[in-house]
Amino acid sequence: MSIRCRPPETDQVAGNGLLDRRSLFKAGAAIAATTGTARAEPLKIAPWMTEPGAPFTPYGQPSHFESKVARTFASLPGTTGTGSSRTPLHLLEGTITPNGLHFERAHDGIPDIDPDQHQLVIHGLVQRTLSFSLAALARYPMVSRVAFIECGGNGGTLYQPKPAPLNLQGLHGLVSCAEWTGVPLSVLLQEAGVDPRAKWVLAEGGDAASMSRSIPVSKAMDDAIVALYQNGERIRPGNGYPMRLLLPGFEGNMQVKWLRRLKLVEGPMMTKDETSKYTITMPDGKTQQFVFPIETKSVITRPSPGYQMDGAGIYEISGIAWSGYGKITAVDVSADGGKSWAAAALQEPVLSKALTRFRLPWRWDGGPAVLQSRATDDQGFVQPGREALLAERGNRTIFHYNGITSWGVAATGELTHVYA
Amino acid sequence: MFTRSLLAVLLCTAVSAQADTPNLGRPIAPGDVAPWDISIPPDGTGLPPGSGTVAQGEAVYTATCQKCHGEKGVGKPNDPLVGGQGTLAAPAVAIKTVGSFWPYATTLFDYIRRAMPVTAPKSLTDDQVYAVSAYILHLNGIINENDTMTAQTLPAVRMPNRDGFVVFTRNQPR
Repeated sequence: MSIRCRPPETDQVAGNGLLDRRSLFKAGAAIAATTGTARAEPLKIAPWMTEPGAPFTPYGQPSHFESKVARTFASLPGTTGTGSSRTPLHLLEGTITPNGLHFERAHDGIPDIDPDQHQLVIHGLVQRTLSFSLAALARYPMVSRVAFIECGGNGGTLYQPKPAPLNLQGLHGLVSCAEWTGVPLSVLLQEAGVDPRAKWVLAEGGDAASMSRSIPVSKAMDDAIVALYQNGERIRPGNGYPMRLLLPGFEGNMQVKWLRRLKLVEGPMMTKDETSKYTITMPDGKTQQFVFPIETKSVITRPSPGYQMDGAGIYEISGIAWSGYGKITAVDVSADGGKSWAAAALQEPVLSKALTRFRLPWRWDGGPAVLQSRATDDQGFVQPGREALLAERGNRTIFHYNGITSWGVAATGELTHVYA
Repeated sequence: MFTRSLLAVLLCTAVSAQADTPNLGRPIAPGDVAPWDISIPPDGTGLPPGSGTVAQGEAVYTATCQKCHGEKGVGKPNDPLVGGQGTLAAPAVAIKTVGSFWPYATTLFDYIRRAMPVTAPKSLTDDQVYAVSAYILHLNGIINENDTMTAQTLPAVRMPNRDGFVVFTRNQPR
């Protein structure tokens, strides 16, 4: 009530029209009452109300009107399944990625694994070498956990000197979030009896590339899960059917899909993907290795490139934030390229090592703007600006970019990826 | 009396720890895991018998690898395998290849055997994997033309960027 009596400008909490996060609904009401929009057409009876609708189907699909909500993908020359598919984050809301839209990374295609023939072997420095069938694992007490998975190469194009003319999907589409359900790895390792000399676990997939990574035993015994389910149904083939390793917060490459083997060893195996890839070469030529956690990061999903602003007025700035270190505690948003910041509202639930949705109302005045978001987590990490990240790290890597992403808004209402 | 009851408690604890989880893994003899146990650490443990020369490797490379990695490993359409030594530090443009970047020769054997060629992974014999590893190492000037790669010689190869890696340490709260 008091909001309606005040001039709308008093809600502004940061430059270029950012409004108080608490005024979200009230401000909208005030605008609805005061903004002149064209009168709606007289109502008609639509044809889908005058005949029976479609029959039931065994497995539901999105409306055919939503066919643009799809992954994009690319594969290395001469291959069809060596590359990645990207989540259309700019077209999604909330925090859970639908299974058919979860990003995928495959090193030699998606295997067609017969679940009845699949085995998970635990061997190496253990008291008992064990083989688990899927049926056996399905009998274990399970845990569910919502967790993001992000490719260590997500956002890698932002290391380039010029802003890539891509949308959010092309820039950051290698992050998704799901509820994963499976067997705590610690239970299986305890049954095998881990030799105290074992400090690492080599995890290997049952795909054509037999992708493999070394994982610290401390992580394996902490919150690692042998996941069988993704958002309530069995894991999709592209995400590791019939089982994958879930290492909450760690880079996606380590969360080995189509998991077939875990070998307890004293030292890391130095596999191709933990030496020549997924590492950060610094300006002095030294390369940082074993960069496990995905660092604190956020992006604005709406509006973002491809979105057409429809005239001055109130818009919600909506985005996602995440950290491999823990929970998101704050997201600040700027509409003036980082000169001033306003605290966004965090949508509950805010879960550790999961995507967190943030929202902030914005009164766009129809002029140029640069939108940015900056996340903070409960371990005290703050998402760095792009310049700060590159000042420390240079651009001799494509991995683990977690700097700020900027969207330029033109007076035409068009959005583009910019550096600011 | 006290000792006996303490013992009983300890026994119960041990038994219940066993009984708490399903224990549905089937024992498998370590030898029966061997066909899957293909990971090779830097010390070469697990490298199979066999050998390959640079000349033999050139034949394998030309027939199997060149289509994707270019003549003599120069790359294109896919990753270059040769060159780039001395480019890792600024201001040079970093060219990361087996020769300039990979810290261990064992990784080469491990990766080729499990994953290459991409159209027919695991199709090369162990001798062929040794041979093509030898050829790529020789193209990079790391081993001589007459060297032979075996389970003994491959782990002894010292890669130029062997000491170029440090462990990422920013994993603790600031």
